[in-house]
Amino acid sequence: MPSRWKIWAWRLLLIAVLLVAWQIASEQSPLMKFLFGAPIAIANRLWIWWSSGTIYRHLGITLVETLLSFAIGCGLALVMGLWLALNHMLGAVLDPFIKAANSMPRLILAPIFAVWFGLGIWSKVALGVTLVFFVVFFNVYQGIKDVSPVLLANARMLGASRRQLIERVYIPSALTWVFSSLHVSVGMAFVGAVIGEYLGSAAGVGYLILQAEGTFDIDTVLAGIIMLTMFALILDSVITVVEDALLVWRPKPQN
Amino acid sequence: MATKALVLRDIACTFGTYTAVDRATLELGGGEFVAIVGPTGCGKSTLLNVAAGLLHATAGQVTVFGAPLEGINRRAGYMFQQDALLPWLTARGNVALGLELRGTAKREAAERSDRWLARVGLTGAGDRYPHQLSGGMKKRVALAQVLVLGPEILLMDEPFSALDIQTRQLMENELLDIWSADRKSVFFVTHDLEEAISLADRVIVLSSGPASRPIADFAVDIPRPRDVTEIVQSPRYLDVHRRIWDILKKEVLKGYAQGKVA
Repeated sequence: MPSRWKIWAWRLLLIAVLLVAWQIASEQSPLMKFLFGAPIAIANRLWIWWSSGTIYRHLGITLVETLLSFAIGCGLALVMGLWLALNHMLGAVLDPFIKAANSMPRLILAPIFAVWFGLGIWSKVALGVTLVFFVVFFNVYQGIKDVSPVLLANARMLGASRRQLIERVYIPSALTWVFSSLHVSVGMAFVGAVIGEYLGSAAGVGYLILQAEGTFDIDTVLAGIIMLTMFALILDSVITVVEDALLVWRPKPQN
Repeated sequence: MATKALVLRDIACTFGTYTAVDRATLELGGGEFVAIVGPTGCGKSTLLNVAAGLLHATAGQVTVFGAPLEGINRRAGYMFQQDALLPWLTARGNVALGLELRGTAKREAAERSDRWLARVGLTGAGDRYPHQLSGGMKKRVALAQVLVLGPEILLMDEPFSALDIQTRQLMENELLDIWSADRKSVFFVTHDLEEAISLADRVIVLSSGPASRPIADFAVDIPRPRDVTEIVQSPRYLDVHRRIWDILKKEVLKGYAQGKVA
C-alpha cells in the first residue's frame, strides 16, 4: 500500500497538469476558449461569486430544496412502506402500480410540477420527492419484510403489543435500511433540486447555470458545475458522519 | 397435589398435510426441570412454541397454572436457539426491553438490567452491542433478558447448541446455579442427551417425526447441586444414560432412515 501523502501528491500533480494543459489549449484560439472555457476565467467567476456573496442565496435555495425533498420523500416513504409491508392485502394490490410508478421517467414530470406548484422552490421539492420516495420506499419495504421471525417472536414473548412491535422492532429495522441508502437518497434529492431549477426557476445554482447557458457563457456554466460537484461531495461526507453516528451498533465491514 | 405449572394435553400440530406432532401430552410440575429430547426434526420446538403461545395447536389444550392459555403465555420466558437479541440495542437495552415493554420507567429498567447483567457475569458490558459480544456473552445477555422479567416458567429451545463445548458447560453450570436460587419450572429442549441428563429432574423422549409424541419418561435421581463437567463420570449418570439411549437410539435411526428416503 503506497503512503497517503504519495497518493495525494500524485492527485495534485494530475490536476495541475490537466489545468495547465486546459489553460494553454484555451489560449490557442478564441474558438477553443468559447467551446471549453478557461480554468483561470472559471476560477475568477468562482472568486467573484464567493467574494461578493451572490452565490450564498443560490446555494442556500438549492440546499433548502434538497433537504425538503429528502425529508418529505423519506417521511412519505416510511409511512407508505410500513403500511404496505404490514398490510399484505394492500401490498399485493398496489404492487404493480408501484412498480409502474417507479419505472416511469419521472424527470418528465418537472414541467407539470412547475404548472402545479409554480416556479418557486415547491416544484423542485416535488420533483425531488418523487425521486427520493422510491429509493426509500423499497428499502423500508425490504427492511420490514426482512425482520427475522425470531426477533419478532422474542419481542412478543417479552411482552410487545402489536403497536410496540412496530415501534421497537419493525421501524428500527426499516430505518437501518433507510440509513444504509442515505447516500443514494440524498443524492437523488440533490439531483431533483438542480434539475428542477434547470428546467425553470428564478433562483438556485441550477438557475445560474441555465442563465449562463442562455448567453453562451461556458466559464460560468462550468463554474456552476464545479460548485455543484463540491457541494455534492460535502453533502456526501456529512452523510458518512451521520451514518456512522446512527449505525454504531452495526458491525464495521471488513476491508 | 399442587397445580401443574404447564400442561399440554393431546396436542396435535399440522402444517398443511404434514403432521408434526400428534396426541402429545406433557406435564411440567412447579419448580421442576424437565428436558425434552428427540431426534432432529421431531417437533420439539413445535411443542415449545405451543407452550409459549407463539403457535396455535391444531388440536388439544394448554393450561398454565390451571388456566387455559390464550394468546402469548405471559407467565413464561422463552430462550431461543438462534440469536434473538435486537442488534440495534446495547446489552443493557436488550435486557431492559421486556421491562420497558411492560411499562417500567426507563431508568429503573436500566438499573434492573445492570443488576441482571452483573448476575450473569457481564458487569461493565452493558454498553456493548450484540455484534461486539462473543457467542457465550450473547447467550448470557439472552438469559438475563428473559430472567429479568421474573417468569415462573422457562422455555428453552436448545439455547446453548451453538456454543463450543467448554463455554456450553460453563453456561449449563451457571444456568443450574441461577435456577437453584428460585427453582422456576423449566422445559428444556435439546437433541443432546448428555445435556438433558446433566440438567434435568426428568427426561422425556419424543419419537421421530412425523406425528411425533412422547414415548418415554425417565426420572434423573442425581443429587443437586450438580457440576455438569463431573457428572458424566458418575455411575448413576451412566445408568440413566444407557437406559434412555436404548430408546432414543431407535428413534434416531428411524429418523435417519426417513431422512435417507426423502
